[in-house]
Amino acid sequence: MDAEALATRLKDRFPDLVVARGELTAVVDRLDLVSTMEALREDDDLAFDHLSDVSSTDWPEREPRFWVSYHLYSKRHHHRLRLKVGLSAEDPDVPSVTGLFPSADWQEREVFDLFGITFDGHPDLRRILMPEDWEGHPLRKDYALGGVGTAYKPDIRVPPVDERSTP
Amino acid sequence: MKTSDRGPTVVRDQMTTLVPRSEETMIINMGPQHPSTHGVLRLMLELDGETVVTCRPVIGYLHTGIEKNTEYRNWQQGVTYVTRMDYLSPFFNELAYCMSVERLLGIEDRIPERAWVIRVMFCELTRIQSHLVWLATTGLELGAVSIALYGFREREDILDIFEATTGLRMNFAYFRIGGLVMDLAEGATDLIADFVEKMRGRIDEYERLLTGNPIWIERTQGVGYVSPETLLSLGTTGPLARAAGIAADVRKDEPYGGYEQFDFDVPTQTASDCFARYQVRIAEMRESLRIVEQCLEKLPGGPVKIDDPKLRWPGELSVGPDGIGNSPEYVKHIMEESMEALINHFKIVTQGYQVPAGEVYTPVESPRGELGYYVVSDGGARPYRVRVRDPSFVNLQTVPAMVEGQLVADTVACIASVDPVMGGVDR
Repeated sequence: MDAEALATRLKDRFPDLVVARGELTAVVDRLDLVSTMEALREDDDLAFDHLSDVSSTDWPEREPRFWVSYHLYSKRHHHRLRLKVGLSAEDPDVPSVTGLFPSADWQEREVFDLFGITFDGHPDLRRILMPEDWEGHPLRKDYALGGVGTAYKPDIRVPPVDERSTP
Repeated sequence: MKTSDRGPTVVRDQMTTLVPRSEETMIINMGPQHPSTHGVLRLMLELDGETVVTCRPVIGYLHTGIEKNTEYRNWQQGVTYVTRMDYLSPFFNELAYCMSVERLLGIEDRIPERAWVIRVMFCELTRIQSHLVWLATTGLELGAVSIALYGFREREDILDIFEATTGLRMNFAYFRIGGLVMDLAEGATDLIADFVEKMRGRIDEYERLLTGNPIWIERTQGVGYVSPETLLSLGTTGPLARAAGIAADVRKDEPYGGYEQFDFDVPTQTASDCFARYQVRIAEMRESLRIVEQCLEKLPGGPVKIDDPKLRWPGELSVGPDGIGNSPEYVKHIMEESMEALINHFKIVTQGYQVPAGEVYTPVESPRGELGYYVVSDGGARPYRVRVRDPSFVNLQTVPAMVEGQLVADTVACIASVDPVMGGVDR
């Protein structure tokens, strides 16, 4: 199936499918996420059997604030699709897809660690990159770069980038 | 888990810790400072005698917030950050980042042919270099010290090639948005041709040393087996998957940068053990040599930067005895002849340019598997988000599947066969 046929085929399922720069993006509701992904995986023509990546972006001024993106790939047909789930600032929670794609385990932990988005049903949702007792979620836009204390000299503080004389 | 205005907070006493399941077993920490953990990987091992019952990898010791940092720098400066992630394959990070931004700008068809051939050539040399480090360190960990010396010896030749052209041995920032920062150094093609000729025999030498070596076979054959189904469900890519018969390679499946014009094979094995992974990587080095050779044959002339002064990196750089510098002619041009050229130079270097809003995901085949860059722009002069799907990060999830139920001594061989680079895992 070439890119055009794939887009036509997916339009039946996602009427709002966006085709931009040769990439397909579909927005799904978080309640439909797992069932949609399973259907996409089990369909022989689509066969999205590889979850490349789980990641997120933070848009503090917008609603929904968070977009969690899932990059699906078909090892059989070599095509890709991006699923996006919008989450509000008050309730950043999305069902875990680890039941379908065990590879999402660490990736969801990373999104949780760096964005504070919780994955409902994840078997072991803990921080993965930051120390366990870290406060805040560093990749959120309202989390300044810098502005943290230094480990061995508590009175020295690295100012955030925007407060330095040369940004 | 409680929620505050800064998001959910983890409470320490709710965190899971590894507790021995009986009085017979005990918990041992391997790493983060252990010579065989490839940097700062920590494994919590529950041992029953010499047998591993549970293995839990702990990562994050090398986390430097590179993804966050890129959001505070302009688009070109991003190259200097991403090259520092997976320090054994810097060119692949630069390539995937530049390709992503070029696609956002819509200039991917305007990159000069010469720039692309050099990009491919340097990437394949990097693949050989990365596999050599893997071979050398794996040899060292399994007690084959001579291969460690040979591996690093040949790696040095590749680094010399890079140094001659870029002036640096690591963290090159040589690929730039719109092409390359400067052309190949004089005599670089001869250096590379000599290396290719020499390297063929060297790989035969490694094979003579290891492939039939009873100790090497004893330490690797049948060790670290993972079924192809498990690897698929864990999202594994790269040599690890190809050693289990999964012939996936981004260069073949979704060709980029002209890879479809090169004649090369994707080596696979079916045993899915440490020995098969060794065979795949050795075969991949041979294939990379083939690609480098074809690059040398077809290397066209012409520019290496896009023909658009608003996008290309300004300056006529070259490597001199005291490092990288601008040519006297260019300095004279901007300082004495053209005010516009001077303004353009400073505008591009300090402010950069704006990139149209949008998002792209660009996968490339790094020495460890699918390296993907998800780059989001809000239309500004800085990236809004640079997300890296690092293959080491995903592949490391297979370690528990390999070592649980095996002897603790085989853990070392298993970690080595995954070839994780912690700079890429932790970012």
